Amino acid sequence: MSNQASTLFDKVWDAHVVRKIEDGPDVFFIDRHFIHEVTSPVAFLGLETRGIGVMYPERTFATADHNTPTINQHLPVADPLSANQLKALESNAAKYGISHWGLGHARNGIVHVVGPENGITLPGMTIVCGDSHTSTHGAFGAIAFGIGTSEVEMVLSSQCIMQPKPKKMRVNVNGQLGKGVTPKDVTLYIISKLTTAGATGYFVEYAGDVFENMSMEGRMTVCNMSIEMGARGGMIAPDETTFAYINGREQAPKGEKWDKALAYWKTLKTDEGAVFDKEYNFDAADIEPMITYGTNPGMGQGITRAIPTSDQVEGGKATYDKSLNYMGFHENENMLGKQIDYVFIGSCTNGRIEDFRAFASIVKGRKKADNVTAWIVPGSHIVEAQIKEEGILDILTEAGFELRQPGCSACLAMNDDKIPAGKYAVSTSNRNFEGRQGPGARTLLASPLVAAAAAVTGVVTDPRTLL
Amino acid sequence: MAYDKFTILKSSAVPLPIENVDTDQIIPARFLKATKREGFGDNLFRDWRYNGDDTPKQDFVLNNPIYSGKILVGGRNFGSGSSREHAAWAIYDYGFRCVISSFFADIFKGNSLNIGILPVQVSPEFLNKIFEAIEADPNAELEVNLPEQTITIVSTGEKESFDINGYKKHNLTNGFDDIDYLQAMKGEIKEFEAERIF
Repeated sequence: MSNQASTLFDKVWDAHVVRKIEDGPDVFFIDRHFIHEVTSPVAFLGLETRGIGVMYPERTFATADHNTPTINQHLPVADPLSANQLKALESNAAKYGISHWGLGHARNGIVHVVGPENGITLPGMTIVCGDSHTSTHGAFGAIAFGIGTSEVEMVLSSQCIMQPKPKKMRVNVNGQLGKGVTPKDVTLYIISKLTTAGATGYFVEYAGDVFENMSMEGRMTVCNMSIEMGARGGMIAPDETTFAYINGREQAPKGEKWDKALAYWKTLKTDEGAVFDKEYNFDAADIEPMITYGTNPGMGQGITRAIPTSDQVEGGKATYDKSLNYMGFHENENMLGKQIDYVFIGSCTNGRIEDFRAFASIVKGRKKADNVTAWIVPGSHIVEAQIKEEGILDILTEAGFELRQPGCSACLAMNDDKIPAGKYAVSTSNRNFEGRQGPGARTLLASPLVAAAAAVTGVVTDPRTLL
Repeated sequence: MAYDKFTILKSSAVPLPIENVDTDQIIPARFLKATKREGFGDNLFRDWRYNGDDTPKQDFVLNNPIYSGKILVGGRNFGSGSSREHAAWAIYDYGFRCVISSFFADIFKGNSLNIGILPVQVSPEFLNKIFEAIEADPNAELEVNLPEQTITIVSTGEKESFDINGYKKHNLTNGFDDIDYLQAMKGEIKEFEAERIF
């Protein structure tokens, strides 16, 4: 086949190559650059040392999220180091004329929640941020991925990075998802099949009717987790669901610009006959509500299953034993019924309105289990407002839960929201690495439904029994 | 930030034969609060290296004085997880200039190259040979030759080639970085930007 059938990824990538370097990376143009307080200060320092400026400040957007407290945000930040980073972000943004939604701003929230909900994230764009979960924005048919601080400095100073073009993978999931099976379960299932390094070196396109029928919130959850199987990013072709989500958002194009954009966006799909370097097919009917039992996101399985033995999993026995030992689990144990201590719902993976609706659907009419401490953290102030407007807060309050203020919170435990050593947390976030949610913390990754079922029963529970 | 040029590195190595060493292990998030690139080496592998009361964990390799050197040898899928360049900074600041593994996570690999650490990907078999050589003799030297793109176990002479693109190799051997390159082509970038719809 010598015709020009190309993939969605190729179309967007190739449109952003400023220069190809022989035996080297592409000089790759970045449309949108998000920055936050943790991975940007050293980049700004680099600009100063070199005596260079920000080339296109209007293409960079700053929001504070990683380090922010999730209670009493009106008070000064108690941790002086965190306060210092937040101040650095504010002053760097002011110095270079970059839009800044800091702590307390009405549109503040987790960078990967606020970008899409304000219409900053659009199809066909290239989007980077010094955060690996930038892959979230791929839900819109954008090429979006995380970068290091050296690259943050490159984008600030030249709006480009040097990037070798990844290989292409397509993951197709077709069929009907069962009751209680959410986008989070779909992604945890895919990662469990591909393993935590199975997509390293690739950029993934998710295709099939499961994704076509998914809401934008769900697509963001799936694309968000692409990095957890090693992929630089994942993307889904934009369609009517995408366009309807974007239309009318604050920074989305309007009028004539909208029409022009829409015409372009409709061309953003993989042509028939386009070739991928690797392709996987999964059946939606095989996916159960998922939960992880180990210390990387690939160590997950259907919630009704027993923990595998080391010979059933990929990788060395030493690594596997270390992982189960950290978790305090044993081979062949059932996950159902395990007592838990904490529940965390939030993060750039599951901190959007749909996630809180799902959580509330199980919590409604029930009570928080006495042995559970629950941290319920909206992804942004806009999500927080929705939670209140839709009556979800009333359901939560009635059941004995409290709503916190937006931020990354216990997903990476940079602020005070740390799970204590040895405690078990059912978490809707994205990583169950050792110590990720606090030194010694033990994380079970799951969907908002599984988190809710654990929150009201105090043990790992199949949410389908409560729906 | 300027880094030491990389040409030929002959050194003993520190073995970490664990798979999927993620960046949260290399440096936990709570140590990412600095606004300057200083002192990250102190917290390299913090929670594997120190107990909760900051006393060293005796069984962790960095606390074992028989192992030293400028090369860190890790298991498969080294550097997975977060994009934090702090992980690479911590490794560099501790004194390593080269990380060897049979497989690297993408972002970590890119970050390393950008700050002057050479990630060397070897075959799983060769990785095992390196671990065996260090187990037999903690002072076993490895020679990493960037111009020739080879890695040699000095005691046995066993050698393997590794990949790196010509552009990055040129940068590392000369101590150049991408920002210099990009600054020199701003005119071309400006023309490109003018054509963007968004």
